[in-house]
Amino acid sequence: MRFALTAEQQDLREVVHELMERLCPPAVVRSTPDAPAIDALDRGLVELGAPGLLLSERSGGLGLDENYLVPLLTETGWAAAPLPVLETVGVAPALFEAAGLADRLLAGGMACAADPTGTGPVRFAERGGLLVRGGWGGSGPVEIVGLSDARREPVPAVDPAANLCRIGGGTVLGTVDDPVVVERAWQRGVLGAAAQLIGLSRRMLELTVEYAGSRTQFGVPVGSFQAVKHHLASALLQVEFAAPAVARAGFSVAAGDPDRARDVSLAKALASEAAQLVARTAIQCHGAIGYTTEYDLHLYAKRAWALAADWGSAAWHRARIAEHLGLARTGTLPLH
Amino acid sequence: MDLTWSESEEAFRAEAREWLAAHVPAEPLPSGDTREGFARHLEWERELYAAGWAVVSWPKEYGGRDASLWEWLIFEEEYYRAGAPQRVTQNGIFLLAPTLFEFGTTEQRDTLLPRMAAAQDLWCQGWSEPGAGSDLAGIRSRAERDDEAGGWRLTGQKTWTTRGAFCTHLFGLFRTDPAAQRHRGLTYFLVPLDTPGVTVRGFERLDGDEGFAEVFFDDAFVPDSAVLGAVNQGWQVAMATTGSERGLTLRSPGRFLRAADRLVELAAAHPEAATDPLVDQVTAVWMQAQAYQLFTLAQVTDLVEGRSPGARSSLNKLYWSELDIRLHEAALELLGPQGQTDNPWSRGFLFSLAGPIYAGTNEIQRNIVAERVLGLPRK
Repeated sequence: MRFALTAEQQDLREVVHELMERLCPPAVVRSTPDAPAIDALDRGLVELGAPGLLLSERSGGLGLDENYLVPLLTETGWAAAPLPVLETVGVAPALFEAAGLADRLLAGGMACAADPTGTGPVRFAERGGLLVRGGWGGSGPVEIVGLSDARREPVPAVDPAANLCRIGGGTVLGTVDDPVVVERAWQRGVLGAAAQLIGLSRRMLELTVEYAGSRTQFGVPVGSFQAVKHHLASALLQVEFAAPAVARAGFSVAAGDPDRARDVSLAKALASEAAQLVARTAIQCHGAIGYTTEYDLHLYAKRAWALAADWGSAAWHRARIAEHLGLARTGTLPLH
Repeated sequence: MDLTWSESEEAFRAEAREWLAAHVPAEPLPSGDTREGFARHLEWERELYAAGWAVVSWPKEYGGRDASLWEWLIFEEEYYRAGAPQRVTQNGIFLLAPTLFEFGTTEQRDTLLPRMAAAQDLWCQGWSEPGAGSDLAGIRSRAERDDEAGGWRLTGQKTWTTRGAFCTHLFGLFRTDPAAQRHRGLTYFLVPLDTPGVTVRGFERLDGDEGFAEVFFDDAFVPDSAVLGAVNQGWQVAMATTGSERGLTLRSPGRFLRAADRLVELAAAHPEAATDPLVDQVTAVWMQAQAYQLFTLAQVTDLVEGRSPGARSSLNKLYWSELDIRLHEAALELLGPQGQTDNPWSRGFLFSLAGPIYAGTNEIQRNIVAERVLGLPRK
């Protein structure tokens, strides 16, 4: 038993963190999808080997598992990286490999967006040339779609950095209906979203602690007021108890644990609840400046709201867990 | 990450499970916070000790079995899984003992630990006073030097002392330097409650049990050997105990995992009451019990690898105490009108309300987390 990152996983986390600090400051999160800075961020992740993290060595990847995916996505989440990292690094590999398309994935950078519901809209589809569609809940066929001839219709979004689009057309390059692969891709999506939510939560707390420690009212830093302290302590508490659930879910998926579906749902539900509480608390503790778009906090809060709702909301995953616990429900499982 | 148990850990679990299955009383014992229940619990404690399960993580020479922290966690899981009685010795074995291991002299350890393990000496905690609860540094009970007799004379009053009316010994803080302020000039004393000049009066808690006591000291003499750690260094010694109290050792995850499973069983047994919102509430509580366990696995890894939890033990305390209340609230919702009867769930609910108060109120814990974990300014 050892519940901690290995030295190698810790190294990966630090390298990605350093990369994000260098290449993904808030100004980059704010830039348009065609900005050179986003190209540089994309290249940085490719040089790190991110697209091949979960691809087998046979397919030219690193052959690593979800215990590595969690620290990587926690850090890209921390930076609110405006690229489909979760989708390309987490969701796509098993599907592309099963469809014999691993080369396409390795060739394109952070190129693959995901639409698990099959009904869009899709985040970060502006830049990338690939899309995986379907597989909600870990079952049903998933289409791998080439977007070179697709129509992209921008959708006004809460999170302006997400470049939300509705996709029309495109070319189906392959369809994966192996239930094992579809389930794995889904669980990695849920797990990855949870990891990113942990990173986003930590970033929002960092910003808030820094601000509350320097903003003075009534002659003292606002962070010295007990009301503010208690809000932030409660928010941290939820993050600190969600993060181990995310780490355990990574281990369960990697080990093929029979309870992995339940563990992944636990991770996503706790991480979503934590991130939503942190976002609300962070905005409140900033006061009016937190309610502006000039200040950076909103970038992270809006990404957190999107991810909390995506890949199954907290309520959706609690309903899954209730099923695992054998608690009869009078209703049916909500679709999304 | 490696979340698998070794063969020897699995064997340890199997041995514990087997013994507990054969020995845990079939009927729950009466509350250990009543005089009669306490006596019944003592019989159980002595049975545990005789079989070597009372203090598994202690060295063999003191009555333990040299179990690792992981094995202790496993034992706790099995203990609660088996529905075994609450540990009325907990303030000694979980709070004082770690402090004795760290600060005690060889003689203190050799004298006190075996008797504690065997439930011969029963320890209560003498910290709170009428004027010093959360503000522990405000204590006024004092110890005056008696050079002639080679010891100290204790005067003052402790209160809200859990099971004080049934225990034999008290560990507590007394002011030894009247000129020193606040947390300076305090000394940690180990006091037999039959010392002349000590008077104990039990009183009822919210749940109606005589689980509390106030302890009066009227020029009670204790020898120098009753001092734990250095004179006037009591605060540092006491803080080692608060880490245990707030953190892992007092409230192991096994307790909440088992309680959450029982809550799920209760919901399954009452489908007529388990509406969708209530199922969601039960599920959320079960999830939090899981989260507490996973947090502690990470924490034990840290401890085993030499990283001290420090102020992070306040996170444990906040989480388990608030989880415990939500757990019992959900159970009472499921029970409906039956929830008003005196039953294990309603008793558990009343007890859970003490959680955010004892071991430092949750308001104090949130201050600690904000200042020492997050780094917000004190002033």
